[in-house]
Amino acid sequence: MNKVARIFTSESAVNPLVAIVLGLLFGALVMLAGGYNPIAAYGALFSRILGSPYDIGESIRAITPLILTGLSVAFAFRTGLFNIGAEGQFVMGMTGATFIGVKIHGLPWIIHAPLAVIVGALVGGLWGAIAGYLKAKRGVNEVITTIMLNWISLFLSNYIVNTFLLEPKQQRSYMIQDSASLSIGWLSDAMNHARIHWGTLVAILAAVVFYLILWKTKQGYELRAVGHNIDAAKYAGMNVNRNIVKAMFISGIFAGLAGVFEVLGVFHYQVVAAGTPGYGFDGIAVSLLGANNPIGVVLGSVLFGGLSYGSAGMSFGADVPPEIIRIVIGSVIFFVATQGIVKWVLIPFYGKRKKERAS
Amino acid sequence: MDLLSMLHAFFTKFSELINTTLVYSTALIFGALGGIYSERSGVVNIGIEGLMVSGAFASAVGAYYAEEANMGIWSPWIGLLCALLFALIFALIHAVATISFKANQVISGVVINFLAAGVTLYLVKVLFNGAGQTETLNDVFSKWEIPLLSKIPYIGYALFTAYPTTYIALILVFVTWYVLFKTPFGLRLRAVGEHPSAADTVGVKVKRVRYIAVLISGLFGGLGGATITLTTTSAFSHNTISGQGFIAMAAMIFGKWHPFGALGAAVFFGMAQALNNFMRLFDFSKDIPQEFLYMLPYVLTILVLAGAVGRAKAPSALGEPYDPGKR
Repeated sequence: MNKVARIFTSESAVNPLVAIVLGLLFGALVMLAGGYNPIAAYGALFSRILGSPYDIGESIRAITPLILTGLSVAFAFRTGLFNIGAEGQFVMGMTGATFIGVKIHGLPWIIHAPLAVIVGALVGGLWGAIAGYLKAKRGVNEVITTIMLNWISLFLSNYIVNTFLLEPKQQRSYMIQDSASLSIGWLSDAMNHARIHWGTLVAILAAVVFYLILWKTKQGYELRAVGHNIDAAKYAGMNVNRNIVKAMFISGIFAGLAGVFEVLGVFHYQVVAAGTPGYGFDGIAVSLLGANNPIGVVLGSVLFGGLSYGSAGMSFGADVPPEIIRIVIGSVIFFVATQGIVKWVLIPFYGKRKKERAS
Repeated sequence: MDLLSMLHAFFTKFSELINTTLVYSTALIFGALGGIYSERSGVVNIGIEGLMVSGAFASAVGAYYAEEANMGIWSPWIGLLCALLFALIFALIHAVATISFKANQVISGVVINFLAAGVTLYLVKVLFNGAGQTETLNDVFSKWEIPLLSKIPYIGYALFTAYPTTYIALILVFVTWYVLFKTPFGLRLRAVGEHPSAADTVGVKVKRVRYIAVLISGLFGGLGGATITLTTTSAFSHNTISGQGFIAMAAMIFGKWHPFGALGAAVFFGMAQALNNFMRLFDFSKDIPQEFLYMLPYVLTILVLAGAVGRAKAPSALGEPYDPGKR
């Protein structure tokens, strides 16, 4: 119980909450300026998120990849690295899973599906490890390499889908074999065909694993030590370079898994895409809002995934451009990042309390 | 075909390649120069992409309304002005967050990218009745032919037939070099990026210099975005600036935070993009899958950064908010 209380200290819980409120208020102002009714818009938003079993299921579907990419970014952050490449690792994970899912025939589900998951996760992990290796051995800033790797992953996976997996006359791969599917049929049927899959469970487990690795293992201690103070870690005899590669590998596995489940659980195929899907970038936002801790990441994903899914309802329900949600999310991150602003907003409240105590 | 006509054909194609390279490089030059001002003063600017998006949007909208008001050939210039002002707002947000509120500079940059994408697409829908892109512009920049010089065979077309923005970019490369390395302001800017507390001790206003530097980077980012809409795309949509700002950032690092280096790197990346079109003219390249040509600039960036040119040394205080109380 103490531990939970420690995670939700007033500092770590109040600041994000205030930032969310400020973000929603700012979004409302922008809507007013554009001549829209913010109350109707937010009403449409929330009724879309919780309106029906189907919507609840689809919200969960939208939240799942964010948990994993959020964990990916957060894990790298904890080890002193900034992984902007969750996007590319996501795409590579997706491609690995599609390849196994489409190309391998005749395996039972119990082997085929886990195999696709593992291969996808490893491909994502290795894609992350490239940036780690370049940082460790060559001193190349991981921010730049991961951005470049995002683009390379897009074209590379398009090439792989185009060349090896393409269904004739389609802009997408063949469907994956049923034996690789991770959809949960009965639950899906119960929720009006919302695309529910086992990945959600894995994402929750991943948050637990994240916690166990970092705070309950010797390896995690090393990773955090490198993150805290690279020189001290080196002085203590830790192999800093190997830790950097490992950290990016693990971070890439989380992001890769997010892509894996999009294929095996949601779409069952991979399209030849014009751009990357954006879950990796949203993961940065989620990890920031969640203060890089696993429970925070899950909560941040629920918020951003819910808002993103619900934003489609705004254009139907209240005729408001759904892009407004990107403005809301952007300003929430802004207010979290500039904690000074939140504290400044809170001054009157703290001041009041002090005065009351004085009198 | 005799040798002479083969040479003629080759040089014609080659001068076309150089011409296209300059078109693609222009926006990258602006973006990279903007990054140099900000980062030389110690403020990381991942938001170049967002600044370019805002500039591309504002220039499309400004030029559109100028056209509506019958401004004719002046309308792209008005678009350019709008781009400067609009990008300045986003740069100001970055400056306030990172300099006054000491926010993590990388995160603030990510926010700028996020906000710019959201705000511009939202405004496009508000202004153009729910459409996903702005109206196509009629009056955009056309290429200028420099008198006499453009008549030089091959070279004339390659170098002296270009959009006005290209010439502005090239001039600004020299201006930036002069400002950074030959003026007192440039010295202060660099000092603030290398050792803020030492600069403070000798009376440089660290925060003020950083504010100015970040705002200048906003102006340059806006120019970079405007260049793309006002020369090649003639409209703004969600994919008008797809990653150009990130490549500009890579050009800045590849160019070692130096204006001439950035110019060289931007031309290099511009050529990697122009080669996509150029290579299709040759038989041997028909076997290379298109996707690999698209990958080329990004792969080259990584290879180059990983060792081909030696290590780039960033300004020492890059990424550190200045806190006068800290020793």
